[in-house]
Amino acid sequence: MITKRIIPCLDVRNGRVVKGTNFQGLRDVSDPVELGKFYSDCGADELVFYDITASAEGRALFTDILTEVARTIFIPLTVGGGINSLADFDRVLKCGADKVSVNSGAIRNPALVGEAAKRYGDQCVVLSADIKRVDGVFHVFAKGGREDTGMEAIEWIKRCVGDGAGEVVVNSIDTDGVKRGFDLEMLQAVSDAVDVPVIASGGAGCMQDFVTLFQALPKVDAGLAASIFHFGEVQIPDLKRLLRDNDISVRL
Amino acid sequence: MIGIIDYGVGNLFSLRSSFAAIGAEAFVSGDPAELARADRLVLPGVGAFGDAAEKLRKSGLDAFVKEQAAAGKPLLGICLGMQLLFEKSYEYGEHEGLGLLKGQVVGMAGKLPADLKIPHMGWNALSLTKPARLLEDGSYVYFVHSFYAQNCEASLAAVTDYGIPITAAVEQGNIFGCQFHPEKSGNVGLTILKKFCEV
Repeated sequence: MITKRIIPCLDVRNGRVVKGTNFQGLRDVSDPVELGKFYSDCGADELVFYDITASAEGRALFTDILTEVARTIFIPLTVGGGINSLADFDRVLKCGADKVSVNSGAIRNPALVGEAAKRYGDQCVVLSADIKRVDGVFHVFAKGGREDTGMEAIEWIKRCVGDGAGEVVVNSIDTDGVKRGFDLEMLQAVSDAVDVPVIASGGAGCMQDFVTLFQALPKVDAGLAASIFHFGEVQIPDLKRLLRDNDISVRL
Repeated sequence: MIGIIDYGVGNLFSLRSSFAAIGAEAFVSGDPAELARADRLVLPGVGAFGDAAEKLRKSGLDAFVKEQAAAGKPLLGICLGMQLLFEKSYEYGEHEGLGLLKGQVVGMAGKLPADLKIPHMGWNALSLTKPARLLEDGSYVYFVHSFYAQNCEASLAAVTDYGIPITAAVEQGNIFGCQFHPEKSGNVGLTILKKFCEV
């Protein structure tokens, strides 16, 4: 049966991984190629590279790095950050990305998801949504979670999936960084609303949080995290063994 | 020397990189004269069957692939490239394939248990249905597809469990096919490509 996916997310600024820290045996923890290879070798099911560069020079550097990563690592690569147009899709796909994640770009230009899905296929377009409760209602936030769009999140996600988004990353701003587990209530609401794969993001603090996620919400397909992997708090092989011991299907 | 057949469908970056990673010489071309010099051929592909089959026909590569396969040259179809090896597809209409293998390509919609999503996307395990030269039983590979081949008869080499058995790989003489993406299946996938270079 298809396995639950474990996905480390690497933030890249000016060609270097931000937040990469002390891994034994790694020469340079902020080298995206080396860190990507490390994750791939230890059983990550997919990698997400997020470009948090603001400048054009940084962006060019990112595409060079991406090409190098894609030459070295043979698992699916998703790229996000600064995706605002079909030209941006084209740019990262040519460098070897398999999927492209859109967030603020889709909020600014709501036609982007549909146009990209038509050109590259639904499986290529990942909607990433930063969501936070405002007076008890799930709102979509833009600009890295800084700006409330006022849009109701479930309706927004349904609309994007209707337009062709093949996968949804749900990033809960409410649980992000808190490290007390994924936002099960929010994830349940999204999983009930759409039929495409849902990736949980924000809140994982330990291995048990992933077990709880997949046991409580069997419809969630994947768990994504950054710092707990980068800081070595959770080792992917240990995590996968724990999931398997709890009868959750994983690739080992 | 591996010839990767370029007929304007999909991104061949990862496939080229994979062959480079295993130290195999590979080139991408849409020219039958050039491809004829390869000692093995790979037929890649993503997207819609009808569109891809049309592009193969228009470029004359359909006849070339059939002739090379008949002459015994090892041929590996990947994803849509595997589906094109069959007689027919029912993806949005009815389309003729290369007819190198018996079987038809059909949609998963309506055939899966209700809780399973389409496309079938992610890592799933191979169950061999016969001894296969490229594959290892139980290994995990990466799939992304909404259609699959059925009635493959003797060519069926491996299935994967997605509520129902889904054709994952085929093998018949010098013709091989993977529904999954070996170029995205980590070391397992690289080993499959390596074995193809050695058949």
